[in-house]
Amino acid sequence: MSRSIALLICLVGGLTMLVSPFLPMATGWANEVTDWFNILAAMAFVLGGGSLLKVQLMRLSARGPGWGYSAVTLLAFVVTLWVGLGKVGVVADASAPAVAWSGKPDDEGSAFWWIYLYVMTPITSTLFAVLAFYVASAAFRAFRAKNLEATLLLVTAFIILLGRTFAGVVLTGWLPDWASGLRLENLAVTIMDVFNTAGNRAIIIGIALGVASTGIRLMLGLDRSYLGGDA
Amino acid sequence: MSGTLDRRWIYLAMMLAVALPILWNGVTGKTFPESPTPPSQACFDAIEALPAGSRVLVSFDYDPASEGELAPMATTFLRHLMHKGLRPVIIALWPLGPTKAEETIANVMKVDFPDRVSGRDYVNLGFQTGNEGVLKVIGTDFRKQFPVDRSGTPVDRLPIMEGITKVGDFPLVITISAGYPGGKEWVQYVSSANPGLVLLAGVTGVQASQVYSYYPGQLRGMLAAIKGAAEYEALVSAAIDGDRVTAPKYTEARRRMAPQLFGHLLLIALIVIGNAMYFAQRRCKAVAP
Repeated sequence: MSRSIALLICLVGGLTMLVSPFLPMATGWANEVTDWFNILAAMAFVLGGGSLLKVQLMRLSARGPGWGYSAVTLLAFVVTLWVGLGKVGVVADASAPAVAWSGKPDDEGSAFWWIYLYVMTPITSTLFAVLAFYVASAAFRAFRAKNLEATLLLVTAFIILLGRTFAGVVLTGWLPDWASGLRLENLAVTIMDVFNTAGNRAIIIGIALGVASTGIRLMLGLDRSYLGGDA
Repeated sequence: MSGTLDRRWIYLAMMLAVALPILWNGVTGKTFPESPTPPSQACFDAIEALPAGSRVLVSFDYDPASEGELAPMATTFLRHLMHKGLRPVIIALWPLGPTKAEETIANVMKVDFPDRVSGRDYVNLGFQTGNEGVLKVIGTDFRKQFPVDRSGTPVDRLPIMEGITKVGDFPLVITISAGYPGGKEWVQYVSSANPGLVLLAGVTGVQASQVYSYYPGQLRGMLAAIKGAAEYEALVSAAIDGDRVTAPKYTEARRRMAPQLFGHLLLIALIVIGNAMYFAQRRCKAVAP
């Protein structure tokens, strides 16, 4: 019974979204469905938090390899949650100065704002920045002209790397106008415009066809894997 | 064979390749000249074509991880819009987008355009969860997803939102995006459903190859990574500053092109050295008894 209800919800929701672009009267229904999706997505945040707590607590209690990271994750999770929900250090809003919690949790000067500015921002920026080191090391160790395809890839990479910097102008800027298409910066644009776009469009069209067929299978109840188990 | 070069030397070389040009930038204040590619020029032209007073929807779809590439774009977009007398309505599909927007507003509007008033000349409507669901709904009912601005004022009371009922009411939409949801979703759910709407995107290098497929059809213009940002920044600086010295905050993208140049040159050198070692090793194996 519960599976039938889930299948019915899927069918009705899917059909509503499908017909809404063609039937003006269905536009409001589609917005309602989207609202429900947003509500479910918000509930998923709670489930995600619970799952994170469960997994990290299990790793911590088992004292397995890397349990210290679990402790740090748990500490960060609990402290951030407490600071955000409790509006720690929030300055009262000017419209209601007598109400201590009237300000927003991420207002300047609040503890949440402090965590964002001095913990999260440097950590995420650093994580992104260290990619440059790994990319350099990986390029040295793995980028080999072993065959024709790999060589073409290598040459393309060189053109893009040089064409996206001032080096392209310095190296090939002297070429006359009639050969300007061979300037590195223009070659880089041509590669993106022609070869990359053609390949990507083929992939996008393929994905779209796959999404459409999967959507129909879900709505018709032929694919029930999202219900869990072998249903 | 690759084991003969300790990876720590590579890390050191990369650090120097990036750090020394930054130092050079800081000492001399010089940047490389930029000539705009068509996607960057298209961004500039689309904004220039709008009459003063037009409202432009700007979506901050990124977080601090991508700030290095995208913050200079956001700064230049807002500077250009404000200089032209356009009115940005800012939203975010990423939770940390509104904070990035506030930082940019403080950096651009409050310093260089102090006479502009929030709610009348620009507004930050904050973040809404739901990813492409948000885009689907604002296609028909903008206020349903963004009923109040970031300070809690109902949008019905904001002069800037007068007459705006759906996303198609904006003549121009700009997304500054680092991934999902971002440029691709704006094309699929907004640009495709509103043929008259002009969509511009500023994207990270990783996203550029994917989003490029929509240019120049569904996507009128595009800033691809820091290079695109530098090109657009140069165009805007030339239009606004002319021969005057540009404030350092408006040269951020161009200042990052020197570290990018030397980083790329190092990458090429490493690939060439790696291949030379590989072929030398293969030849040694071939001649060995």
